[in-house]
Amino acid sequence: MMKLVLLFIVVFAVIFWVISAYNGLIALKNQTLNAWKQIDVQLKRRYDLIPNLVNTVKGSMEFEKETLEAVVSARSRAMQVAAGAGPTSGHVKELAAAETALTGAVGRFFAVMENYPTLRSSENIKSLQEELATTENKVAFARQFYNDVATKYNTKQQQFPTNMVAGLAKATPAELWEIEDAAERENVKVDLSMGKKPQG
Amino acid sequence: MAEDATLNLLEQQEKNRRQTTIWMVAFILFFAWIGFGGDLVLYLGSKDAYGTAHYRVPWVGIVVTTIAAVVTWNAWRRGPRQLLAAAGAREITDPTTQEERTLVNVVEEMAIAGGLPRPKIYIIEDDDPNAFATGHGPESASVAVTRGLLTTLNREELQGVVGHEMAHVRNLDVRLMTTIAALAGVIVLLSDLLGRSFRHGGVRVGGGRRGRGGGGALVLVVLVLWVITLILAPLIVRLMAMAVSRNREYLADATGAELTRNPGALASALQKIEGAHAPTKSIAKSTAQLCIADPLGRAVNAKEGAMANLFGTHPPMPKRLARLRGMAFQAAKAAGELPAQR
Repeated sequence: MMKLVLLFIVVFAVIFWVISAYNGLIALKNQTLNAWKQIDVQLKRRYDLIPNLVNTVKGSMEFEKETLEAVVSARSRAMQVAAGAGPTSGHVKELAAAETALTGAVGRFFAVMENYPTLRSSENIKSLQEELATTENKVAFARQFYNDVATKYNTKQQQFPTNMVAGLAKATPAELWEIEDAAERENVKVDLSMGKKPQG
Repeated sequence: MAEDATLNLLEQQEKNRRQTTIWMVAFILFFAWIGFGGDLVLYLGSKDAYGTAHYRVPWVGIVVTTIAAVVTWNAWRRGPRQLLAAAGAREITDPTTQEERTLVNVVEEMAIAGGLPRPKIYIIEDDDPNAFATGHGPESASVAVTRGLLTTLNREELQGVVGHEMAHVRNLDVRLMTTIAALAGVIVLLSDLLGRSFRHGGVRVGGGRRGRGGGGALVLVVLVLWVITLILAPLIVRLMAMAVSRNREYLADATGAELTRNPGALASALQKIEGAHAPTKSIAKSTAQLCIADPLGRAVNAKEGAMANLFGTHPPMPKRLARLRGMAFQAAKAAGELPAQR
């Protein structure tokens, strides 16, 4: 009798643990996906902002066709890659590279715009610039948050004993958003705000 | 305290939850003592020569408990809103100027970095740079900054300050501080109320005709203890609230830097805020422990030493700056921007 009770307790404890480990993994998985969605939202915002910017300056920056075209093509390239990228569907590395390229192109564009004082001081451009700067930051912070959550998720599914229920929860490692070399990392830091202060 | 900075988020939140509970329990015990201790005095004092007490129903305890519960609940619920109203804060729902838009953007950035919902954003029309966060938790948090902060700091520094405030939100500091503020308010109210009614009714207790029995000495001891607690309570509560607040500032600095990955920006922001020096007039004394820097510009928060350790709402500025610079140095070294030193 005593043994039976003990057996029951052990079985229940194991079942309870499996359920909680499973739920923990599912929760982390959803957090990871959610964090990715946040990146996605910000990337889309950026893709939407760029045509605005290009259209606003097109007339006044006739001579800088190349710079403008570089931005436009970097944007469409990034959009293409973004469509197929995801934490488990791969292509995160390509997306990271494409986004870095886009950031670089936008940065060069703003550097060139330094030569157009009237353009630079227009209210419209200023607010577009702030919008782009914040979107840039939001992408970076969303990425940072995603990497943190995804790392937690990955660690959890590899750790013993949670790894035993990883298959049950269909948990597969999420791909981190990493920036390869120092030069690329430098590019991300391009200061789009240009001015010393938010305003005035 | 330095080790505390490395605690992870969950541990930090757990610690704050635990501390909130401890505070609640301590205050409940305290209220019980204030209330039923008073009854004890009355009970002992009402014993006649035969040892029969005439004071049966613990009215003081019942009244104090009821008042404390109602007032605390009310203060806790309405505290954040009252705080913002008292500071003259105006919510930004639709940013009109570039400055306000930048603020909204920076707050959104930090909310994303912390994986939190976007808090409500308020502006206080005051030229002195300062900021605070309040609320009951991440879902109902508010961040308020002064106009002066927006004009004094550049974007990165503003981000540092907002990151610090979002850290208060994320670590659940806002909930702890709202709780403490509510409880502290009640304590002050009660000790005032009871002290006054005691001065009127006290004569009756002490000068009772019958109270000379065996309980006499005991009455006196309990009475003295009771009065002492009543007098010291507001002071003790303040000191404890300050200690909690001081501790939280280092942590928020560290967590904020973790969000922005830019401790240097917060350091330079703090230095500018410190340099402005003028007291933030719109922010009341009671809000001091919530601000990024002491709004009263009290000298005690600027110095190090025993006084600052006891009475400051914030850690000494030089210490905060030193810690942040240390973090910045470590980060730069890790990123290979500095020659490795041995």
